[in-house]
Amino acid sequence: MTSGVDLGRPHTQTVGSDEDVVRVRQLVRTVAVAAKLSLVDQTKVVTAASELARNTLVYAGGGTVEVSIVDNGRRQGIRILFADSGPGIADLELALTDGYTTGGGLGLGLSGARRLVDEFDIRTAPGQGTRITITKWSR
Amino acid sequence: MERVPILKIGDILLVSIQVDMSDQTAVALQEDLAERIVATGSHGVIIDITALDIVDSFVGRMLSTIASISRVLDAETVVVGMRPAVAITLVELGLSLNGIRTALNVERGMELIGANRADDDHDEFDDGPDAESTASP
Repeated sequence: MTSGVDLGRPHTQTVGSDEDVVRVRQLVRTVAVAAKLSLVDQTKVVTAASELARNTLVYAGGGTVEVSIVDNGRRQGIRILFADSGPGIADLELALTDGYTTGGGLGLGLSGARRLVDEFDIRTAPGQGTRITITKWSR
Repeated sequence: MERVPILKIGDILLVSIQVDMSDQTAVALQEDLAERIVATGSHGVIIDITALDIVDSFVGRMLSTIASISRVLDAETVVVGMRPAVAITLVELGLSLNGIRTALNVERGMELIGANRADDDHDEFDDGPDAESTASP
């Protein structure tokens, strides 16, 4: 590892600007390599993280991203938590529909990110912020 | 904010994206490219994404927008050098890159633009001068 990221514990990155989204991508890449994900799986999880970190910025004005290596006894993986105290999502089913957007984008961020990972957990309610946890396992 | 350099090679503008672009950098590239197309009268734009290790929905939309802007300004865009892992991820993400021509590398991209210009010139000749007015904004 060249980045000096301590992989023994979760690594946190605040998201408050465009450049922070770039930093999230770089952090996720570093940890995905350490978790021994294949190149395609690294690419998928970094792309998913980019979408979700941007959502945190665009819809909630910012938040935090926590990246860690997980182990289920058989495989290693990467787990990423995106947390914000923004307005939350009122209609989750609608928000997870391809092409639906309130932010002027393509409406692929949330739905696309879900397709790119193995586990996708979202907790949100109006006024309660949003917490999304994604996991990608090594094959 | 970093800016992506735009090189002019003959009749073509070449953009080789070498940095992990912030969204602002991507938007600036769109605007810079539109200005350079008009300033140079170029008819082709090649965007080399060999160095990009991901293309997310924002960059994907930027590529589509650049292709649309170029078309309106009488230039054709070809995206070259997409990595296999990026292509796989893009498809799974659900991004179709509408209206974007792709080629495996810069050389093939240049051939594609050259071939299309030759076709266009021929079409104009066939359709006569009136064909121009239908394409005007």
